[in-house]
Amino acid sequence: MSGVLVAVFGVMAVVFALGVVALRQPMRAALALIAHMVSLAAIFACLEVHVVALFQILIYVGAVMVFMVYAIMLLDDRDTSYTHVFSRWSLPAVVVVAVLVVALGAMLAQWTPAAPAAIVRGSAPFSFSAFSTEFMTHYWFHFEVASVLLVIGIVAAWAVIAERR
Amino acid sequence: MDKYQYLIALAVLTFAIGLAGVVIRRNLMVVLMCVEVMLNSVVLAFVVFAARSGDLAGAAMAFFLYIAAACEIAVAMAIVVMLVERRGSLDLAAGYELRG
Repeated sequence: MSGVLVAVFGVMAVVFALGVVALRQPMRAALALIAHMVSLAAIFACLEVHVVALFQILIYVGAVMVFMVYAIMLLDDRDTSYTHVFSRWSLPAVVVVAVLVVALGAMLAQWTPAAPAAIVRGSAPFSFSAFSTEFMTHYWFHFEVASVLLVIGIVAAWAVIAERR
Repeated sequence: MDKYQYLIALAVLTFAIGLAGVVIRRNLMVVLMCVEVMLNSVVLAFVVFAARSGDLAGAAMAFFLYIAAACEIAVAMAIVVMLVERRGSLDLAAGYELRG
């Protein structure tokens, strides 16, 4: 059952990603991106990585995309990029991306993965308690550095806003 | 093809779709969204490898990617609004005046 759900949500993720690229209105593209992210969160849940699934919803959909939707609402919808959607370099770009996909697909076809790790029944390595304990044991320094990165991001955004004045 | 290979192929495909969007779209906001699609495909690859190996490293990396994405979007939105105020357009083709 989990495999079927992963396949279905995978197809949905690809369809919505194509929607982000193809839809004319940025607000519709943003909604397609939200659906794409929710599909990925469902895949993470199917893989039983619940902690990342929840982060995906809370951080990406709840914070990043809401911020993006606010920015779209601030902008003028009579822009020329709304009528001329695609660049004049579209055809060469699509060819290059197709070559990239074929090359990566060929590499993937040659990949013979090792047997998956034996996960002990009853243990949930990605539950919140297990994740929190392991994370703050092994990654506490990275977490502190990440908080500095967040502060730098805030200061940088503030500097840009100050530049506008 | 097992479930994990399917998901890695999915990550490759969505990364390529995002890359195509970055190159072919003219709207700055949509280009940023395509960058997010590319970031999401990287997160997917990390999570798939973490789930396959039962190791926490991939999930921790996904967490740090979320932090990087939050910083990126905060700075990017400020720059977008500033650029639109200065140039009056979201159209990336309007930047062609930068050619020497």
